[in-house]
Amino acid sequence: MPIENVDTDQIIPARFLKAVERKGFGDNLFRDWRYDKQNQPITDFPLNDNKYSGKILVGGKNFGSGSSREHAAWSIYDYGFRVVVSSFFADIFKGNALNNGLLPVVVSPDFLEKIFTAIENDPNTEFEVDLKNQKFTMVSTGESVSFEINPYKKHCLQNGLDDIDYLVDMKDQIEAFEN
Amino acid sequence: MEAKTLFDKIWDSHVVKQVEGGPNVLYIDRHFIHEVTSPVAFLGLKNRGLKVFRPDQTTATPDHNVPTINQELSIKDELSRHQVETLKNNCEEHGITHYGLGSDGHGVVHIIGPETGLTQPGMTIVCGDSHTSTHGAFGTIAFGIGTSEVEMVLASQCIMQPKPRKMRITVDGELKKGVTAKDIVLYIISQISTSGGTGHFVEFAGSAIHSLTMEGRMTVCNMSIECGARGGMIAPDEITFEYMKGREKTPKGEDWDKALVYWKTLKTDEGAKFDTEYQFNAADIEPMITYGTNPGMGIGISQTIPSGDNLEGTDKNTFMKSLGYMDYKPGDAMKGKKVDYVFLGSCTNGRIEDFRAFADFVKGKQKADDVTVWLVPGSKAVEKEIVAEGLDKIFNEAGMALRQPGCSACLAMNDDKVPEGKYAVATTNRNFEGRQGPGARTMLASPITAAAAAVTGVITDPRELM
Repeated sequence: MPIENVDTDQIIPARFLKAVERKGFGDNLFRDWRYDKQNQPITDFPLNDNKYSGKILVGGKNFGSGSSREHAAWSIYDYGFRVVVSSFFADIFKGNALNNGLLPVVVSPDFLEKIFTAIENDPNTEFEVDLKNQKFTMVSTGESVSFEINPYKKHCLQNGLDDIDYLVDMKDQIEAFEN
Repeated sequence: MEAKTLFDKIWDSHVVKQVEGGPNVLYIDRHFIHEVTSPVAFLGLKNRGLKVFRPDQTTATPDHNVPTINQELSIKDELSRHQVETLKNNCEEHGITHYGLGSDGHGVVHIIGPETGLTQPGMTIVCGDSHTSTHGAFGTIAFGIGTSEVEMVLASQCIMQPKPRKMRITVDGELKKGVTAKDIVLYIISQISTSGGTGHFVEFAGSAIHSLTMEGRMTVCNMSIECGARGGMIAPDEITFEYMKGREKTPKGEDWDKALVYWKTLKTDEGAKFDTEYQFNAADIEPMITYGTNPGMGIGISQTIPSGDNLEGTDKNTFMKSLGYMDYKPGDAMKGKKVDYVFLGSCTNGRIEDFRAFADFVKGKQKADDVTVWLVPGSKAVEKEIVAEGLDKIFNEAGMALRQPGCSACLAMNDDKVPEGKYAVATTNRNFEGRQGPGARTMLASPITAAAAAVTGVITDPRELM
């Protein structure tokens, strides 16, 4: 999706935020770019174009800007993506993604253009994400770049841990801080 | 002693623990919740068998999807009603103060916090809403969080956050006639872009900022998120203390005096270092209007839409896609463009001062025939004040009617949707595609620029009618 500033209102429009449970958000991922007014799929949108498939979503810079709605991360994950690649993520989106097992991978603007070109030339081109070694690889050329991730968050992702367990275990320390 | 920024002083005093190779565990003084981003967090607590750790530090109100007419009746939309009821039930179950729809304390969450005095200098404040940055106007560290983090705060009164970098944006000089706080912040975003502040927490400083009222400061801090920053803040001063004094939840008597001594220490020390600094001159700012589909696509109202000739690749595609959505052409003048809807309201510009400015402008004038005007107060208290000051009569005489409080057409989760293809001048914070309804086209502006559009039916420089 070679578009910049993909905001959370595009990822999941506000009118689909009325659920009180976390399920089914993938159906409305990119709703207004994916379907027309008659709810018919817009054929040239990447999610509707069956030449594209996979678990890696690639977007232009400043991906996830706008609202703090975690529904944006939920909808991308629920649709089936596990990695989002961009040259730049909005802060809240990045945090929300990491809290939901969705890995944001930041690559350089030049490398991002290379990825877009590779996909345009061959929609079946493959990419490999190696969290342990923090490597993103273009399989066809073997070209590989490293990406950053906070060591604590990496540990959480690899071990399926979450911050709430961590904080609840700190209760005594938090109470001491309050006094 | 090391010179510290205002941000460092507050942040450092709230760190419970620094996680090895990871984020800070940050203690949260005040937590606001609303109906949209909290239900899944409460569900999470339930699934873990947890109670709310400090219920008296969380305050709730339904604002995002409530109707702005006939609030005394049951909400028609079933899903919205269910969300609003779920919030009420969760609050009852966990002993959380809840300002329900129609009650005296009800309103947009970022309007009622400051109004009640719950927002105080030196605090850390979070809410599952990006415009939590509004509270930074009081010298607080206030920022939006996701639902997982709402659950963290409910469970432990803490969240895990990496410490952001620090940015200072200084605006010095005197504002020209017709230029408001909204124009300052739209100007800043147009200069540094919607990602210019990413990774940073901003302190707004300078004589133009400190000359603003608290309402104006809240507008500026509110939109700090639109330049990508985690939040924005302004050091408290006499204007802050004057605004706060006597409010329901502010300290009283000796406690006030004690608090005041501390609050007066909340400023950036001379020589403290910022990671990034910007400086602007207030005299360079004119009334602003946006022409595209992100808040950084703004220009002075007398200017023309950029040509885009200097752009290439994805940048060019994004620019042209945006203008295509608006059905505007590069080089078009904004003045004279047709306007179908005008919306005054939201956490950006839904405070009493905004309604006074709008009323002052439309007094003795008439709404243009083809324009629909929605006037939505930010809270019940704002609504009452509007009536007490007789502003509603001015609106009525101009052919406009006041609605009831809520987020309304800012994000169009309720029925206040701008129809497809129609143009709206909104005093809100985001002009994203479809933000005000599928296919709606939004132009962001100040309350007086919105008022000028309401009476002329086209984009109009408010200075020409003042």
